[in-house]
Amino acid sequence: MQHHEMNLNLKVWRQKNKDSKGEFKLYRVEKISTEMSFLEMFDVLNEQLIRDGDDPITFDHDCREGICGACSMYINGKPHGPWQANTTCQLHMRAFKDGDTIVVEPWRANSFPVIKDLMVDRSAFDRIIQAGGFISVNTGNAVDGNSLPVAKDDADASFAAAMCIGCGACVAACKNSSAMLFLSAKVSHLALLPQGHPERKTRVMNMVAQMDKEGFGACTNTGACEATCPKEISISNIARLNLEYLSAGLTADK
Amino acid sequence: MTWKQVFTSSVGKKLVMAFTGIFLILFLIVHAGLNACIWANDGGEMFNKGAHFMGANWVPRLLEIGLFAGLILHIIQGLMLEFSNRGKKAIGYAVSYSKGSKWYSRSMGLLGTLVLLFLVLHLYHFWLPNRSHQGFLLGEEINLYEKMKLEFSELWVVIVYAVGCLSLGYHLAHGFQSAFRTLGVHNKRYNVLITSIGYGFSIFIPLAFAMMPVSFYLGWIG
Repeated sequence: MQHHEMNLNLKVWRQKNKDSKGEFKLYRVEKISTEMSFLEMFDVLNEQLIRDGDDPITFDHDCREGICGACSMYINGKPHGPWQANTTCQLHMRAFKDGDTIVVEPWRANSFPVIKDLMVDRSAFDRIIQAGGFISVNTGNAVDGNSLPVAKDDADASFAAAMCIGCGACVAACKNSSAMLFLSAKVSHLALLPQGHPERKTRVMNMVAQMDKEGFGACTNTGACEATCPKEISISNIARLNLEYLSAGLTADK
Repeated sequence: MTWKQVFTSSVGKKLVMAFTGIFLILFLIVHAGLNACIWANDGGEMFNKGAHFMGANWVPRLLEIGLFAGLILHIIQGLMLEFSNRGKKAIGYAVSYSKGSKWYSRSMGLLGTLVLLFLVLHLYHFWLPNRSHQGFLLGEEINLYEKMKLEFSELWVVIVYAVGCLSLGYHLAHGFQSAFRTLGVHNKRYNVLITSIGYGFSIFIPLAFAMMPVSFYLGWIG
């Protein structure tokens, strides 16, 4: 692939801490390779800022290979930038043209408060998982894998839901800041497997209750989450979650 | 988990919207079907018979109470959800994300409000004069066919009704399939079916309604 260099203008959200008022700042980066990742471009910018004695831009990242869900960034009006089924760390600079101005914002949702610059607090997701995103297994010898038959289609659908990396792009893209795509991926992942069945009812009820407590909005099925999800989690999972919730609610003991 | 908890969570509130929404969709079929009698071109004889059955029989009149209850629940819950959802993002984006969803899916609150405003005028035109003439009981009705003819002789009324029907169409284009998703329809085969029926319904029913004032205004029926 032919590589060339380009100069870019960046309009980046800067915010000192959770309580301070943030603002956009303009930066210029030069000689950026088309084959760099978006985060590598930010590394170049940060080195430049450190050299100039400025505060480097804070952003989340970890694996940088699109599987951990740590990176965020709302780039030119889309979570994780312009490419489909892609994370910010796997977004490459060839997605942009020489002289482009790129606007970079943090995830916007009251439940994801900005910690600093582009880094937001996503611990609300952890608390939702703690409320029910697990199965309880007794200790002892591991059971034989083949003792629990799972239909192939169910296993595939469960795995597709389990692809969710919990990055929060769905919340960032949703006009209601709803966490339903994330929640539905976690609920579907376990509801489709026999191991998830014993705690099926309490799981969905507790996780929805925790989601509401965290202050996420209600889902209106617009589909924005599915369109931006780096792991292409299907919006049908939300419908499955609704069914799980409805049947748990209707068949509750008291 | 009490009933109250089930129906007041974020998912529960959506269930209320879906149940009432489907109930109102069913009402639209009855309403459009009965009103289509104006096209019998018999000077309103068949239409007035149908209207008389709906207005002077206690069974549909009792169902009417249920209809209003469902409607009011849908409106109040819808507005509350709209305002609550809007408050979940204290700081908005400089560049908004609009590619992943349809404009009408994002504008259900606005479209619903337009339908509501139209509905106020619509009730003022037909329901209110008729029911007050009946003393709000099972009294004698006004000639609704003649009333339609009278109201729809004004161009602005015809335009407002057309805009109201257009808003309803877009509201249904999202609402129809969204209601079924909220009720848990996640199977691919039904999703395709429901989405197709939903689009068909959201075009056909509002178009049939819009053609009623147009038919009177253009003198297609006398």
